[in-house]
Amino acid sequence: MADIPRGNRPLSPYMLGPYYRIQLTSLTSILTRITGNALIVTTALIAWWFAALVSGPEAYATANGVITSWFGDLVMTLSLLGLWYHTLAGIRHLIWDNLAMLEVPKAEMLGWACLGGSVVLTLLTIIIL
Amino acid sequence: MVQLRLPKNSRITTGKTWPQPEGASRIRKLRIYRWSPEEGGNPRMDTYFIDQDKCGPMVLDALIKIKNEIDPTLTFRRSCREGICGSCAMNIDGVNTLACTWGLDQVKGDVTIYPLPHMPVVKDLIPDLTHFYAQHASIKPWLETSSNTPAKEWRQSIEDRRKLDGLYECIMCASCSTACPSYWWNADRFLGPAALLHAWRWIVDSRDEATGERLDDLEDPFKLYRCHTIMNCAKTCPKGLNPSKAIAQIKHKMVERQM
Repeated sequence: MADIPRGNRPLSPYMLGPYYRIQLTSLTSILTRITGNALIVTTALIAWWFAALVSGPEAYATANGVITSWFGDLVMTLSLLGLWYHTLAGIRHLIWDNLAMLEVPKAEMLGWACLGGSVVLTLLTIIIL
Repeated sequence: MVQLRLPKNSRITTGKTWPQPEGASRIRKLRIYRWSPEEGGNPRMDTYFIDQDKCGPMVLDALIKIKNEIDPTLTFRRSCREGICGSCAMNIDGVNTLACTWGLDQVKGDVTIYPLPHMPVVKDLIPDLTHFYAQHASIKPWLETSSNTPAKEWRQSIEDRRKLDGLYECIMCASCSTACPSYWWNADRFLGPAALLHAWRWIVDSRDEATGERLDDLEDPFKLYRCHTIMNCAKTCPKGLNPSKAIAQIKHKMVERQM
């Protein structure tokens, strides 16, 4: 076979968004990943809060000051949303693992349920607590 | 590995704008990815205009019109023009599909066309699918048997045959695998939706006698379990098949056989 010039072959464009249209299913999937990672940060914050509580009144005052500030409230409210979303997405995976709701329209319905459900449950949690 | 930016040689530049047809009332603008090994350099987006009154209804019709009448260097694969050969799979308007079955009227505004995502480009809209085919071959897409070959044929009940529906129709166009973010980032080790759909097609085949070996071969953190049910595959399949469901069934079978 003749020696065909291959050149320095480029990689075809792919990223979600600019080149590949974001789908409800891909959005809800990546949100599971994002909320999971964000909750690690929240866990660290809460651990810091408890650690400060054991360390003494001054340390606790600092930690408590940060966590109950408006910024702390914002972080904790978003974390609550993230926690509900991540939990619902986990339940969605359990449903899929049992071979149910794997058809595209049903999977999209579950996606909306995770998105809507997490907002509703967050509001309910705020109202109740 | 997660790679968020295109490598330097793959970043897209602005290309040539080709002249508009004269005296046309329904002009359609197409932006098409161009790269040629002879010219080298970075890929570019060329802009073409066609008269839709003098063009067939499908995206493939527009591509052929451009190649015939405007720019013969535009390169793409096509053959059957009826969605059965899978040659003309490409990224049209942000989703992978077949140019021959995707109507120009299904695209709002300008038609943007790239090759199938995250693949080495041979030329223009032609990706190198060597690795993709090799992965398909790796799942042994044929009947594996150990018992004696029957005199006439390997028989199958109507019920068992039905289990292959929604699987055997795959035309290996690679739309699903190249739509999968897991495949973009782990194609070296993750088999991807197409190969896994075929794997399930042979696992579920009542005549196949290598189910155990097939499952053993897939019991791997990457080959199978990089699938996170993102479902871009099922959403994009031009034949309406559901690779995510097939993969979920393999995962289910893995657990089932350990119980």
